[in-house]
Amino acid sequence: MSRIIVVTSGKGGVGKTTCTANLGMALAQRGHKVAVVDADFGLRNLDLLLGLENRIVYTAVEVLAGECRLEQALVRDKRQPNLVLLPAAQNRTKDSVSPDQMRKLVNALTKVFSYILVDSPAGIEMGFLNAIAPAKEALVVTTPEISAVRDADRIVGLLEANGIRNAHLIINRIKPAMVAQDKMMSVKDVQEILAIPLIGVIPDDEKVIVSTNRGEPLVLAADANQRGLAGQALQNIVRRLEGETVPFLDLTPPADDFLARLRRLFRPTE
Amino acid sequence: MPLRCPPMLQELLDRLFSRGTTPKTSRETVKRRLQILLAHDRTELSPAVVEKMRQEILEVVSRYVEIDPEHSEFSLENDQRTTILTANLPIRGIKEFFPGLPKADEVAIAEADTAAAEVPGVSEVPEVTEGVPPGMASPEAPADFPPDTLDLSLLDVIDAAIDPKTLPNPSTDGKQTL
Ligand SMILES: Nc1ncnc2c1ncn2[C@@H]1O[C@H](COP(=O)(O)OP(=O)(O)OP(=O)(O)O)[C@@H](O)[C@H]1O
Ligand SMILES: [Mg+2]
Repeated sequence: MSRIIVVTSGKGGVGKTTCTANLGMALAQRGHKVAVVDADFGLRNLDLLLGLENRIVYTAVEVLAGECRLEQALVRDKRQPNLVLLPAAQNRTKDSVSPDQMRKLVNALTKVFSYILVDSPAGIEMGFLNAIAPAKEALVVTTPEISAVRDADRIVGLLEANGIRNAHLIINRIKPAMVAQDKMMSVKDVQEILAIPLIGVIPDDEKVIVSTNRGEPLVLAADANQRGLAGQALQNIVRRLEGETVPFLDLTPPADDFLARLRRLFRPTE
Repeated sequence: MPLRCPPMLQELLDRLFSRGTTPKTSRETVKRRLQILLAHDRTELSPAVVEKMRQEILEVVSRYVEIDPEHSEFSLENDQRTTILTANLPIRGIKEFFPGLPKADEVAIAEADTAAAEVPGVSEVPEVTEGVPPGMASPEAPADFPPDTLDLSLLDVIDAAIDPKTLPNPSTDGKQTL
């Protein structure tokens, strides 16, 4: 049985595509046949994060129109042969595909791939409904900010309403130093509020942006230093997806001295 | 008086019965704001409906008991995505008689009447629906009455609220064959 997982968030720019690219890659590295599906029609960028943008010939739209076969649209990753991308069309709108068509496409993929990750667009409209239509599980991505958490909560409600009860939370872009100073919600705060099981905590890390620039997912990096804590966090999510119990990374900043703590005690509230 | 309800509105009730301490750090502030915001988002009731509900709950309860409005409290809490409405209504005293109902001495008689009416009324409820002639079941008592989930603790209040004079007299009711 293949697993069909939608990566979604409500709010834009919180890291859905970053997660889809890295989790897809990490699953492939572990020997699974993985297809990542870009459901962000009109604003595709999963291809960019994977560095596959120059190799796209056909997209899901041509497949659905019968202009090419599904295999012809799949872009194989040369660095990781277990991974393929099904690109979205860039010159169409989100209404160019229907939930039924998405289900058909993904169903066809289940014949070959054991993991299918669907990268959802932001929002709760047609594009979102298309992305969740084939999914059996969901990864809800949020950052520890008020608007992102609010939107994530809305998404959890909509997933439930659409029969997706298996939803896990990824909290992205945690800034440990800010949490320690009570300037940002902690992982526990966010998880408590959203009340769905936590599967990953990814620190805010410049390495994520560098890897995006290069079109090389963080988890591809050969040495652990290059992958950084964010890369490790993403690999841990994949292990948890596969049922392993992996402790969450300790993201608390190094303990500071007595004076610093004393100063914090008397600082003006922010 | 804990009521388990579908998602309810927190914002309004929170404003009416402010609780908790004032947050200090921006982290506490944002968490508090989110909790209120989400209780609001998760409900499908408008603030107007919730306010109406609050008033009606108070109204109904005040009909039977005297409530201390100073110390009354409505609060909404989220427990694993289920919102629980808790109404904490300190009772000052029981009302001597219920407005619109017979006074104390009349009630005593009424109770006797009700009791008399109750006994055949209960045995009249068919145990099995099959084989019972359609005319037999009283319209107020469907075949599956009382349902498994019925809260019987309210029965006293319900009995008292029924004016026995409006009940059919079992002895003159032709259908009462038992
Ligand atoms: N943990 C992180 N640390 C630093 N930067 C990050 C992190 N996660 C994501 N980013 C950056 O945030 C930006 C948005 O990320 P991404 O495109 O994955 O979000 P998205 O949710 O897919 O956005 P959209 O809603 O537009 O599809 C990117 O520039 C990415 O590099
Ligand atoms: Mg994206």
